[in-house]
Amino acid sequence: MAGKVTFDENRCKGCELCTTVCPTKIVIMDKDRINIKGYHPATVKEMDKCIACAACARICPDVVIRVEKL
Amino acid sequence: MAVVFEKTKGLTDKPTHYCPGCTHGIIHRLVAESLEELGLLDKAIGVAPVGCAVFAYDYFSCDMQEAAHGRAPAVATGIKRVHPDSTVFSYQGDGDLASIGTAEIVHAAMRGEKITTIFVNNAIYGMTGGQMAPTTLVGQKATTSPLGRDADHAGMPIRISEMLATIPKAVFIERVSVHDVPNIIKAKKAIKKAFETQMKGLGFSLVEVLSTCPTNWGKTPIEALKWLKENMIPYYPVQNFRTPEEVK
Repeated sequence: MAGKVTFDENRCKGCELCTTVCPTKIVIMDKDRINIKGYHPATVKEMDKCIACAACARICPDVVIRVEKL
Repeated sequence: MAVVFEKTKGLTDKPTHYCPGCTHGIIHRLVAESLEELGLLDKAIGVAPVGCAVFAYDYFSCDMQEAAHGRAPAVATGIKRVHPDSTVFSYQGDGDLASIGTAEIVHAAMRGEKITTIFVNNAIYGMTGGQMAPTTLVGQKATTSPLGRDADHAGMPIRISEMLATIPKAVFIERVSVHDVPNIIKAKKAIKKAFETQMKGLGFSLVEVLSTCPTNWGKTPIEALKWLKENMIPYYPVQNFRTPEEVK
């Protein structure tokens, strides 16, 4: 089952909680970029491993993440 | 392509002012999703507290009213009695509800006001700079207890849910936590049940949500969730204290 997550990147405050709950460990902080608030935003580079469980979206305090099942 | 999760219509688009990793944002979302799923966004009136959540009126897309410090249950009582068909909730922190507002919450529960209170307990005063709250744990450091809370001097932390559960007309009382995803899902179920209790006119309902304060606890957001699990839950057990038969 493949999924897709999209980040409303400029709302991200870089708290990293989403990185701790992903069962496939694909949510990471993008250390190469900063967002409008000045934080390294959360991102996913290996999207093909996403299983659309939405754990990252449920723990995000800032409703940054939208999850779709392909 | 099916949408599994997206931002609820119950929240406005305004980014919150909360610190990174503050679980207020999660609790706001759970309340807003519950209101949306129960079809209450047009009927709900929220009462915002004084404390970190003082700007809650900007974040919920239902009618909102600001109350004086601790007085949200009294304001909610007035709104509910004038508009009995609306769904009225107060959203309060522990400095607001368990300290200056203790009289209001106890008597709103005692009268069995048909309102719902979301009580966010993070064991510290957040907005004012990390002072000791009535809910601060024994030994926990705060700016006014730099050596940790001393039970001989400051007493023991107050357990609001246990106290209110002794009141006959407080018909729905549950303590939940948001330190991991399974607990977040359980917390939402409790919040929905509390609103259903009010919709059925059964009496007063309260959900205590254990929350974090990474900034004033002096921890990273990830460490704060761990600290909540290891220190708060043993003293503030996550459990249902009372549920009316009609919403079980």
